[in-house]
Amino acid sequence: MYGALNADKSNAVLVCHALNASHHVAGYYADDRQNIGWWDNLIGPGKPLDTNRFCVIGVNNLGGCFGSTGPSSINPATRKPWGADFPVVTVEDWVTTQARLADQLGIQRFAAIIGGSLGAMQALSWTIQFPERIGHAIVIACAPNLSAQNIAFNEVARLAIITDPDFHAGHYYEHGVRPTRGLRVARMVGHITYLSDDEMASKFGRQLRYGKLGYTFGVEFEIESYLRHQAEKFSGYFDANTYLRITKALDYFDPAADHGGNLSLALEPATASFLVISFTTDWRFSPERSREIVKALLDNRRDVAYAEIEAPHGHDAFLLDDPRYHRLIAAYFARIANRVVT
Amino acid sequence: MNTRAMERADFRAIAHWIKPAARVLDLGCGDGTLLRYLADERESIGYGVEIDDDGILACVNNGVNVIQGDLERGLSGFADGSFDYVILSQTLQAVRSSERVVREMLRVGREGVVTFPNFGYWPNRLQVMRGKMPLSDNLPYAWFDTPNIHLCTITDFENFCRTHGVRILERIVMRDGKKVSVLPNVLGSLAVYRFERA
Repeated sequence: MYGALNADKSNAVLVCHALNASHHVAGYYADDRQNIGWWDNLIGPGKPLDTNRFCVIGVNNLGGCFGSTGPSSINPATRKPWGADFPVVTVEDWVTTQARLADQLGIQRFAAIIGGSLGAMQALSWTIQFPERIGHAIVIACAPNLSAQNIAFNEVARLAIITDPDFHAGHYYEHGVRPTRGLRVARMVGHITYLSDDEMASKFGRQLRYGKLGYTFGVEFEIESYLRHQAEKFSGYFDANTYLRITKALDYFDPAADHGGNLSLALEPATASFLVISFTTDWRFSPERSREIVKALLDNRRDVAYAEIEAPHGHDAFLLDDPRYHRLIAAYFARIANRVVT
Repeated sequence: MNTRAMERADFRAIAHWIKPAARVLDLGCGDGTLLRYLADERESIGYGVEIDDDGILACVNNGVNVIQGDLERGLSGFADGSFDYVILSQTLQAVRSSERVVREMLRVGREGVVTFPNFGYWPNRLQVMRGKMPLSDNLPYAWFDTPNIHLCTITDFENFCRTHGVRILERIVMRDGKKVSVLPNVLGSLAVYRFERA
């Protein structure tokens, strides 16, 4: 929780996290100043999502590995880690748990719910599942469901984990090992989809790590070194069972499925005002996917502002500090703040 | 008379035509001033289409619904007949494919509203007679640096409507924010039309 809840609890903003993030959305820990929140460039005092005006709530999704109960937690029935027995959870499940958290905090209605990517799917699902409990949805770098290509990448990632000899059918904790090799490959595949071709070209190009080719299978190009480093870092702190479940939640998300594929019908209950943002070079969840959401909102005559931000960074742009992007979010929250009156 | 006040004048004319609580789409809505005005005055349910980042930001500041996009690429994100009015204010002269934009307006909306600077306004004619492209409050751009690539006169536009299946329902011609009824194609600087499919 960042910032203070006002007297009538009308200034609460829920931040839904994407694949590998957590409740720690902003600021750093007193004992670890290097550990900065994943959306610190957006959230804080005087920042676009201003914690002087809003009470910002970060959550850990069920099944995660940063605090909420997940596959690495102890199953009270067996007194062993849940492992493979931990159920598969969906975006809708997460939203339901977040609503229960809101009940506990006495928050009847969120002024806004914001998220990027998988986090945006949760914000979108909120507007359908609990339309009366959300004033504004800020849906960034989202898609109304995954494309076949998206699912394909997820499947490669999952197979990398599942086929790691250290996976032990998901019960690796008991064996005192972790399928880090599989998790590394999974992260590399995912990471490639977050970046744009242009971004990779300008950041790495064909630069060599050691100045000349070695004709080996070790690291030769800078991009290889970068991916391996990122994967190494990630596999050190992330749980493979969580990764499997989160990619599944992504694959399953499809609010239009219950309405014959008609997203407009799916969004009929949604009464929130929307800010939808996409990034031009995001090929994972391209602007066209956001336009599908906008079209469905228009069909239902909902309030919507849609911006297509020209940014070179691909899908990851939603995490970065782009002035046009942040100005827009600041303006949108300023309007919400004026309505909430703190 | 400054441009903003002149816009106000055509905004007033447009607002007068728009029925209360109508669904309105404003193409090239800029900072959303017209939509804000229509929402306040006519309780319109409005959406804007704007290509420019600063316009989008200004619309958000104005609390106006806006969708970033290029209207030259068509209005594929909008369903047939989904609006009561589609407005193109001071933009017709700046689009590449005027025919297509007008066709799309009447696909998406029951009625279209356009406003444009009248190239037939006498000071423009005078400047052309003197051998120069016109420069004025209404047409403030030098020929080499103008977004206005399809300037037309009132007569041109009405001929266009006749040959493109467009039925004009109402017309107001203005100068300095006041209505012009005598020799409109000579004395009027700004034309405002309401039309439907013929």
